[in-house]
Amino acid sequence: MFSAEITLKRLINIKLFKKQYMLSSTISSNIEESVFKGINKINYTSSLGINEPSLNSPVPIFRILNDTGDISNNCKSIIIPGNNELIKMYKSMVLLSIMDKILYESQRQGRISFYMTNEGEEAAQIGSVAGLHANDLVYAQYREAGVLLFRGYTPEELMNQCFGNVDDLGKGKQMPVHYGSKNHNFVTLSSPLTTQLPQAVGSAYSFKRFENNRCTIVYFGEGAASEGDAHAAFNFASTLDCPIIFFCRNNGYAISTPANEQYRGDGIVSRGPGYGIATIRVDGNDILAVYNAIIKAREYVMNNTRPLILEAMTYRRGHHSTSDDSTAYRSKDEIKQWSNKNPITRFKRLLEKNNLWNDQNEVDYANETKKQLMQSFTIASKKNKPNWREMFNDVYHEIPDNLLEQMNSLEDHMSKYSDHYSTE
Amino acid sequence: MAFTISFHKPSALTNTVKILKRSLNTTRVLANKQMTVRDALNSAMDDEMERDERVFILGEEVAMYDGAYKVSRGLYKKYGEKRVIDTPITEIGFAGIAVGAAMAGLRPICEFMTFNFSLQAIDHVINSAAKTFYMSAGLVNVPIVFRGPNGAAAGVAAQHSQCFGAWYSQCPGLKVISPYNSEDARGLLKAAIRDPDPVVFLENELLYGNQYPITDEVLDKDFVLPIGKAKIERKGDHITFVAHSKGVELALDAAKELSSVGIEAEVINLRSLRPLDINTIIQSVVRTNHIISIEQGWPYAGIGSEISAQIMESEAFYHLDAPVIRVTGADVPMPYTKSLEIAALPQINNIVDAAKKLLGV
Repeated sequence: MFSAEITLKRLINIKLFKKQYMLSSTISSNIEESVFKGINKINYTSSLGINEPSLNSPVPIFRILNDTGDISNNCKSIIIPGNNELIKMYKSMVLLSIMDKILYESQRQGRISFYMTNEGEEAAQIGSVAGLHANDLVYAQYREAGVLLFRGYTPEELMNQCFGNVDDLGKGKQMPVHYGSKNHNFVTLSSPLTTQLPQAVGSAYSFKRFENNRCTIVYFGEGAASEGDAHAAFNFASTLDCPIIFFCRNNGYAISTPANEQYRGDGIVSRGPGYGIATIRVDGNDILAVYNAIIKAREYVMNNTRPLILEAMTYRRGHHSTSDDSTAYRSKDEIKQWSNKNPITRFKRLLEKNNLWNDQNEVDYANETKKQLMQSFTIASKKNKPNWREMFNDVYHEIPDNLLEQMNSLEDHMSKYSDHYSTE
Repeated sequence: MAFTISFHKPSALTNTVKILKRSLNTTRVLANKQMTVRDALNSAMDDEMERDERVFILGEEVAMYDGAYKVSRGLYKKYGEKRVIDTPITEIGFAGIAVGAAMAGLRPICEFMTFNFSLQAIDHVINSAAKTFYMSAGLVNVPIVFRGPNGAAAGVAAQHSQCFGAWYSQCPGLKVISPYNSEDARGLLKAAIRDPDPVVFLENELLYGNQYPITDEVLDKDFVLPIGKAKIERKGDHITFVAHSKGVELALDAAKELSSVGIEAEVINLRSLRPLDINTIIQSVVRTNHIISIEQGWPYAGIGSEISAQIMESEAFYHLDAPVIRVTGADVPMPYTKSLEIAALPQINNIVDAAKKLLGV
């Protein structure tokens, strides 16, 4: 009784107060709603509670294909690429996987210094690039060779890079796997983790300024998301309204650190709301789901000039890099279990069911690809290394005096002792 | 980091005294216009933003607040929020954004509230801005200017007083500029914005409010100074002083004092720390046979150390009548207390004493 009376009185008072206020000044009528600069909407409550995130249900994972390669009955208004595109996507996955095996082995034989495989993440890479426009700018982390291959960067070019030979677009200046190609709108990889995120936001900001109907996609792992750069990138993309897709390959491990030791929230999508950024979570081993998610994401970022975080749940079946042996921190059983969920096999089943692919196609394509790759490999390994002058070039647009002096002095030395130096 | 330091406008009295002093010094001054370093920087950015749509400024407080030191004053009003951007307080963020924007065709001017805070973003400055052109074999370029106050101001202690001249100059791929007066500031900042390579532009808070004479040529919209060329600020035959930024002011004052006892010092204003105009230094040493380097930064692996080493490697070594002396800041983090701060920074009498010692007078 007593409390109800007070409440009633208070309500009347508030009403009176509001009425008076509204009469006296129209501007002030919004005062109560715009008191806090730091939040968009005010919602008062009389119940004191703690918002316990572990009680919230996890963000669901969008998927189209199940493990047996069947399209789920519940899928509505999804886009299935044309047959030729489907086959191109499949072949790109297989090509990537065969190329990985050859280059991984070559590192083991000491023929290149370093390599990183893409095993297990083929669907995330190919599905995403297939849904983008060719002139959308890609900032990769390092496990995105498939994106480049799909865009037409040839295995020869890729091997030239790994060998740092005379035909390497990077002229032997960057370590293996650090590809870059202006023609394929793929920014040269940068080793320090996550620096690509704020830079991608900067490029997206440029596109917004140029109004050129392009967006940026930036790939990163769930481990990279722990860097301060990730926070900076999310916040800037949101506050600067940049058309960018943050594509997280949540593959379970950051080198040896499992994702459950990397963070305690609901994956990477859970970061989105904190920054006011839209999100999609997708099955990264389901190429059709990734493809559809990217198309939707692209549409969203372009129509709204806003960022979006897309989290692809996947599993890194290979070692982190050739400097790693992952059996030291995960069981063989675990790896085997994921082998059965191979994204390539899953996609293959769908193609087979639709008579787009069969075992003979598989054998023929694999053999032909292996043969071609081995040829390219041999050619790339035998090519000359870049001219020694390249060491001095591209530090600046114009070579500075001190470098010119050293280059000339090296030239004199080499011609004086020409017997000891190759002229190539 | 959000740490705004209010700058002290020199009082009218001090200004008058300064102008008077200079007037006595230089005969041309009365005929010429005066401009503060702040206005020189501001007008340089204004010119270049007008000239090239791709140029934009980003940083903390650069837009509505006109910059923590008012260097970007009026530009937000003139060019709007797309070209003068207030960012969240994350150096690593806006430096990264600047690098990415430059890679995609814009020409950012990235303002650090002070270069001390650039440490938060140094990965983007060094690993990305400086190295990308090389790593991509010339495919990706990063035309960008990182600018802001650098070195010791007054009474702001260790974390606001460091000189980054030596730090950034060590890195190939970067150009590093450290202007002294208004002509330097205007001509070099315009050159930096037009330059295709990434440039670190180190300003000095204490010089912002100083007025210096400028000619009509300097005010011309097409005026630029060459990056990598030093300027002889004062001719002299007995000893060479080589300095940058605030150090040039100290060197000039010391030279004036020495002149009264018959010692004529040549003062070289480096303007650019990388590329370093070692030839101008060598030519001067060949004539004067003595050299002192002056900088406010630390001695260890400093700009003076580099100059000293390059002299050793050149013919200038054979022209030296005495060893090189470096007059630098003390090898300690900057103390706050005024008396200690003075002791930690090079003073005019340090230079005068060093010169007398070197010349044996």
